[in-house]
Amino acid sequence: MANVRLDKVTKQFGAHTAVRDLSLDIADGEFFVLLGPTGAGKTTILRLIAGLDKPTAGRIVLGGEDMSDWTVAQRDVALVFQYYSLYPRYTVRQNLEFPLKSKVHSYSRAEIDERIERASKILRISHLLERKTDRLSGGEMQRVAIGRAIVREPRVFLMDEPLSNLDAKLREALRAELKDLQMKLGGTFLFVTHDQIEAMSMGDKVGVLNDGQIAQVGTPQEIYNRPRDTFVATFVGSPAMNLVPGDLAGGKVTAIDGKLVVPVNGHAGSAQAGGVTLGFRSEDIRVGPDEATEAVVHDVENHGVEQIVTLRIGGHLVKATVPANVPVTVESKVRFGVDAAKVHCFDAKTGVNLTAG
Amino acid sequence: MATAVMNRLDPRSRAAARGWSDLTIRNVFIIPTIVFLIVFNIFPLIYSLGYSFTDFSAASNEPVQFVGLQNYRDLLTDENIWSNFVITAKYVIVSVAGQMLVGFGLALLLNRSFAFKGLVTTLLLLPMMMSAAVVGLFWRLLYSPSWGPINYIFGLGDFAWLSDPDTALYAVAITDIWMWAPFVMLLSLAGLSAVPKHLYEAAAIDRAGSWYTFTRITLPLVSPLLMIALIFRTMEAFKTFDIAYIMSTQPTTELISIRLYKQAFQQWDTGKSCALAYIVLIMVLAITNMYVKYLNRAKER
Ligand SMILES: Nc1ncnc2c1ncn2[C@@H]1O[C@H](COP(=O)(O)OP(=O)(O)OP(=O)(O)O)[C@@H](O)[C@H]1O
Ligand SMILES: [Mg+2]
Repeated sequence: MANVRLDKVTKQFGAHTAVRDLSLDIADGEFFVLLGPTGAGKTTILRLIAGLDKPTAGRIVLGGEDMSDWTVAQRDVALVFQYYSLYPRYTVRQNLEFPLKSKVHSYSRAEIDERIERASKILRISHLLERKTDRLSGGEMQRVAIGRAIVREPRVFLMDEPLSNLDAKLREALRAELKDLQMKLGGTFLFVTHDQIEAMSMGDKVGVLNDGQIAQVGTPQEIYNRPRDTFVATFVGSPAMNLVPGDLAGGKVTAIDGKLVVPVNGHAGSAQAGGVTLGFRSEDIRVGPDEATEAVVHDVENHGVEQIVTLRIGGHLVKATVPANVPVTVESKVRFGVDAAKVHCFDAKTGVNLTAG
Repeated sequence: MATAVMNRLDPRSRAAARGWSDLTIRNVFIIPTIVFLIVFNIFPLIYSLGYSFTDFSAASNEPVQFVGLQNYRDLLTDENIWSNFVITAKYVIVSVAGQMLVGFGLALLLNRSFAFKGLVTTLLLLPMMMSAAVVGLFWRLLYSPSWGPINYIFGLGDFAWLSDPDTALYAVAITDIWMWAPFVMLLSLAGLSAVPKHLYEAAAIDRAGSWYTFTRITLPLVSPLLMIALIFRTMEAFKTFDIAYIMSTQPTTELISIRLYKQAFQQWDTGKSCALAYIVLIMVLAITNMYVKYLNRAKER
């Protein structure tokens, strides 16, 4: 196992820059999740690390060694392709065997069988081993693709949205299994996803990618509680963080035509007065008769134990999480307030978080 | 059934203005082809089957007698015919194997991007487009013992390729390889470019060596097309007449079709030649059938 370092890596496809001057450190044995919207450059980064593409500029260092001139095979990484890339005409077993048959390993038959059995048990594909891969469902193919990586002991595991095609239950189970496997092997995992719940629940560290650049790297808690800018704030968390324009003056932000006034702490308190964007999460909103601001219920989404209530104040919509036992009806009047300790204050122009510092 | 899938004629079209229906138009296109096929293919096929049971000779006016299976019996017990078949088999094996190897090899070399790839590919395809008569005459010059460039280049003195009974057949086969390897190359190129690139990437990630990748990924995916090339080339090689007839007069190059020609148009033994033609036809059918079975198996995998 090894650590991975990207040093000012840029990748251009013609005039289009897919990855821009990106630096990233992934420690040995870390479960690193790369989170970003579609087209952010996640797949490109994995392909660069695997050596399938060459960076336009910058270095990729694996285990302390510059890998720029190494071939794909020399790098010894496992990659789960986003579109599986299973070998056609072969059975699942033959697909799982393929990486083990490489001359560099010379595993014995018994060891190969044992590894295949272990991987297929984890992925719940033991019953499919003798099936041809073109007769599998999408989710089954995806698990075979994962299997082809985890039968090996590579220096780094690279996984490109490996759970995207599975149903919710299986996905949850495999999240736990993969996490467990990583603990057991002590392997370095770089796991790509656009699903923020997956990122939050699996990652030791999460890197949020926006348009080929890292927006923020941190533990899931850091990313959630102290987003560095409005992109991270809205991308992570469901429902997305509420953002409303406001004015900062004297340690207070006045928003929504003066209807919402919140004192702000931290660096923001001393920041220059002027236009800001006020951010607060839906669960930091309290709804009750004694709260300061009046609003109209615009919409209610029932999520079982809780409901997401969209509130209308003037022309603004704000989402609040309310326990399911609180009765709310559409177009009724309610009062709400915001937990002042949890609000974020973003620079209106740059989107940078002034509160977290 | 055909009318059910056919689109109706556009009522504004010129054909409709002339009062033609879509059925008329279909018949106008199809009937000439069918007539052509019947007159030039099906009719001779059946007619010659009839002749193969007689002692008919196209050069004499003697009454034709029905001889039953006598022609077939004579042919199948004739030692000379068997030697013709052995020569043909040797020729087919050498020339088809050569074409497959050279053609597939060229395709592997061409299956990457380099400068003037299109031009090089077109040039390599040229031999296939030439007339066999031209190719035969041209290679006779190349093989010429005293001043042919082949002997000159390989420093073989005045070695007589085409009049040496031991080498003549192989010399003809080499010409055939030169002419038809491009055909195999073309089909192989189509097969190779159909192998998805991401499979090679996956194999590289799995640290497979180049030979392992070739045998495990490339070859299985190209094999159906290689098989088709093999079927075509075997059938054609079995029937080779022109270049062998033009290039050499050695008895060791007397392929079955040359034998057939001599029997039919030099000895005017028409009935017997028809029988021989049928034997050849059945053999080609049998070989092709075997290949097709194999091809279907390869495709199923
Ligand atoms: N081979 C290529 N040629 C040109 N542009 C490319 C190529 N590969 C990727 N791109 C571009 O680079 C950008 C990043 O692509 P990438 O595949 O890395 O996105 P992604 O984050 O993996 O997205 P997704 O979540 O949809 O898989 C995209 O805008 C894409 O159009
Ligand atoms: Mg992708």
